Amino acid sequence: MTAQIFVTLKKTVLDPQGQTIQRALNSMGHPEVASVRQGKYFEIELTGVDKATAEATMAKLAEDVLSNPVIEEFRIEITG
Amino acid sequence: MKFGVVVFPGSNCDHDAWYAASANLGHQAEFLWHSDSSLKSSDCVILPGGFSYGDYLRCGAIAKFSPVMASVKKFAAEGGYVMGICNGFQILTECGLLPGALVRNRGLKFICKEVLLTAATANSPYTCAIPTGAELRIPIAHGEGCYVADDATLDMLEADDRVAFRYVENPNGSLRDIAGVLNEGRNVMGMMPHPERATEPLMGSSDGRMVFESLIQSYASQLSAAK
Amino acid sequence: MSQITPEIVQAHQLTPGEYEHIVSILGREPNITELGIFSVMWSEHCSYKSSRIHLKKLPTRSKLVVCGPGENAGIIDIGKDPEGNDYCIAFKIESHNHPSFIEPFQGAATGVGGILRDIFTMGARPVAVMDALRFGPLDDPQTGARNRRIIDGVVAGIAHYGNCFGVPTVGGETVFEPSYAGNPLVNVFALGVFRKDQIFYGKATGEGNPVIYVGSKTGKDGIHGASMASAEFTEESKQKRPNVQVGDPFMEKLLLEACLEAMQTGAIAGIQDMGAAGLTCSTCEMSSRAGTGIEIDLAHVPQREQGMTPYEIMLSESQERMLLVAHKGRENEVLDVFKKWGLDARIVGTVKSDGIMRVLNHGEIVAEIPSRPLADEAPIYDRPHTKPLRKVPMEGPALRSENLTADLFTLARSEDLCSKRWIWEQYDYMVRTNTVAGPGGDAAIIRIKEIGSSVAMALDGNGRYTYLDPREGAKLMVAECCRNLSCVGAEPVAATNNLNFGNPERPEIMAQLVEAIEGMADACAFFETPITGGNVSLYNETLGEGIFPSPVMGIVGVMKTEMPVGIAFNEAGRDIYLIGGIGEADGVRMGGTQYAKQVIKDIWGLPPALDMVFEKQVQLAVREMVTSRTVESAHDVSDGGLAWALAEASFDNLIGASVDVDSDLAPELLLYHEGPSRVVVSTADGKTVETMAAKYGVPALKIGVTEAGRLKISNKGITLVDTPLATLRESWATALESKLEAEVHA
Repeated sequence: MTAQIFVTLKKTVLDPQGQTIQRALNSMGHPEVASVRQGKYFEIELTGVDKATAEATMAKLAEDVLSNPVIEEFRIEITG
Repeated sequence: MKFGVVVFPGSNCDHDAWYAASANLGHQAEFLWHSDSSLKSSDCVILPGGFSYGDYLRCGAIAKFSPVMASVKKFAAEGGYVMGICNGFQILTECGLLPGALVRNRGLKFICKEVLLTAATANSPYTCAIPTGAELRIPIAHGEGCYVADDATLDMLEADDRVAFRYVENPNGSLRDIAGVLNEGRNVMGMMPHPERATEPLMGSSDGRMVFESLIQSYASQLSAAK
Repeated sequence: MSQITPEIVQAHQLTPGEYEHIVSILGREPNITELGIFSVMWSEHCSYKSSRIHLKKLPTRSKLVVCGPGENAGIIDIGKDPEGNDYCIAFKIESHNHPSFIEPFQGAATGVGGILRDIFTMGARPVAVMDALRFGPLDDPQTGARNRRIIDGVVAGIAHYGNCFGVPTVGGETVFEPSYAGNPLVNVFALGVFRKDQIFYGKATGEGNPVIYVGSKTGKDGIHGASMASAEFTEESKQKRPNVQVGDPFMEKLLLEACLEAMQTGAIAGIQDMGAAGLTCSTCEMSSRAGTGIEIDLAHVPQREQGMTPYEIMLSESQERMLLVAHKGRENEVLDVFKKWGLDARIVGTVKSDGIMRVLNHGEIVAEIPSRPLADEAPIYDRPHTKPLRKVPMEGPALRSENLTADLFTLARSEDLCSKRWIWEQYDYMVRTNTVAGPGGDAAIIRIKEIGSSVAMALDGNGRYTYLDPREGAKLMVAECCRNLSCVGAEPVAATNNLNFGNPERPEIMAQLVEAIEGMADACAFFETPITGGNVSLYNETLGEGIFPSPVMGIVGVMKTEMPVGIAFNEAGRDIYLIGGIGEADGVRMGGTQYAKQVIKDIWGLPPALDMVFEKQVQLAVREMVTSRTVESAHDVSDGGLAWALAEASFDNLIGASVDVDSDLAPELLLYHEGPSRVVVSTADGKTVETMAAKYGVPALKIGVTEAGRLKISNKGITLVDTPLATLRESWATALESKLEAEVHA
């Protein structure tokens, strides 16, 4: 089973990296790029757990360790 | 007064803090290893600058799980002095001892330079010896030193007089020019600038001594009050 | 059995003759793993096969030299602490040119990592780093965008590694030339401090002693990086991206602390880092130096990927790995220290006495080579050398400036002379609180807390001078480094060099290398700065375009720890003296100057003329003026000439100068010639300055006074340059950033 966890800055928090990437994409001839938010991606391999337990554990890990709830939010996808 | 300087894997201003407290201020200082829970009866714990655990998850994010931090939290709850400098400030926000967070500098680059700071309050053990309005010349050296918090938190910090230091010229985009903040009990303080790097003329400034001298003075009056 | 074909030999960049020598050493045909091992050990990068016979001409000894070339770094004695313990510094310069072109961030970062390991593998704690960087022009219509990306990546890579590791990057120099567009140079100069009785060498001594591997796991990084660094770039090699290693400064910091702590146990017999050619180089060099043999089993080597072949494991250049030999029976003391620091340390083999480097894989022999011939019998070539390559005339255009003040602004805005703050503010130049003088001065000063002395470091190179005359250019470089040290009051004691040149198989390029080495040898002998180690980087050519011959010199000096004397004028109304006088110049000698480059946009003629005897006297005089605090500031005249030296001295405090001289030189020459042996000082005690100069037989010309907010230079009362400082400083301060910002807003 694989858990994919996406951590990004909250919409309300300024993302200067994302803005810089957006400016670069715009200047490369892509004015259609209206906004870029960047973040972190974790791929976690799990063994010996059922999906429900995995979801609960991953949510806790994402909340406690992988993200900083003060500035970041996360999304989890579990497959396999 | 005895300073305990925590050493995490990747701390690299640990020796500087130790040297400032012992050689330049003339007080006792000892290193505290991250996996030990003993604080060796320190009167003030310093979480030094550096890149604890490589800052690989987020700055300061992994250090908060080390055994020494459990003791530091307990020590802080009992009113002990805890000062986080740079990476130490990041650790204090990560572990919830201080509000807010530190994110990438607005210009996205690491910045190392001397900046001017003012103490935003005299009502703290870290600023009480700093003359009102004095501009302190103290270096910064960080890539993620932009202080952020939501408006309610910022309003609360200001209402409670818990902003310890402000930048005279904001180098990194910190909200409301905040360079350092206090916890509710005013015994825990985190700041991005490095006072330990400005404690002797050879380093180009001695203004950082005032932060240490404030602490030493507060500690002394606390002791005499206890007697 | 052997499947080694001539094609395979050629693919390993070994000549048929070298292959025959390998067969004769082994007494049989090598297998592929053995061939790979020979190819990296005998690559130009590891064996110095083209330069070795010439490097022998360099002076390497003095009273203070504890360890010269051949070890991981040179060592110099710098004095005792109050308890009588002798202290030393270890220092060396190394290049990471090719990797920095392919992947600027990681290439530069791992360059820093590599040289730091060279320092702490000897037991020294790194306390300072400087960098010499060379890039293509930032606003070139063809290459500018790529050049901007390279400088951005290189600077961020150096910052990332040094800042995280916790070593201050205290300065350096950055120069831009079209010839570096396809071949940027990243030379890193690192220095560490330790006690003389705690020096460790890379020797595998003591039969039966366990061999321990510690640090990162071995992956398929940079396989053939060492041979890549020894070959010209072609379109094909631009595809070689996977060859570039990724650096982990956090791991390196742990290795530093753990190694220094493990050394304190007394249980370590020898230690060496795994740099270029990784496990191959460390095993064979350690046993060769000790005259022993070594046997390792690759099954015990921590591996990052499954199914790696012995060939790949032996040639991997994964970073942040060390090999050490412990005293038998005390290995657990060493392993415990690494465990404390959370590092994976494994016993991978044993020291033998048979002189053989034997590599097993799960007990089966995969390579068996006599260590000494492998390490020391690399072919040595006396490559043919003719006249140094030179495609420019002796005579240049007539110099008739329309506006000498505008010329000064042109210099201020030029990439070479403008403020490099954008670069060095990204470096933590203060960590460890030893930086008495950081970036932006003539030399950096690092105080050594344990003793009352400081170490000053200067780094210099001038490709234009060396191109015009390799021998004289090299001498000028040594002289300037020593002059920079003298300006902060330090006495030069030892040097390290990095020789960046093109393809040595071209006789006119080889001639540049030979003449530069000989010039450097002369000057280093004269200034008593033996070369204790360094690096040679050849084949700096892309698609047949070579770089300017670009030797870079790092020289260290020793001085008392005290408040520094800087380059900047501090007070208005002070007398300004030009120690060494106006100097000699003519049109031919102007051809290598910044004035020729930035204003005339050309190159011709010869570098400035150097009189080493006179130069030394000037330096002695200036050093005495600085150490006695007779002068309040000192700044040498070099790139950009007298006018630029005065401008630089004016920027920090916006205190400028009102200068009037009496010279028959044409104004362009007078202001902008780069004749050496000259230093601008400011003083409140002109009389003593004159007495000191007279003592050493050098002129001390009183040329003017410091004046707030203005720079004015005249000759015989006729104004040549006159400008408010604020505008000049603004041009100088913002030039680099505005050129780089063009990237984002393009």
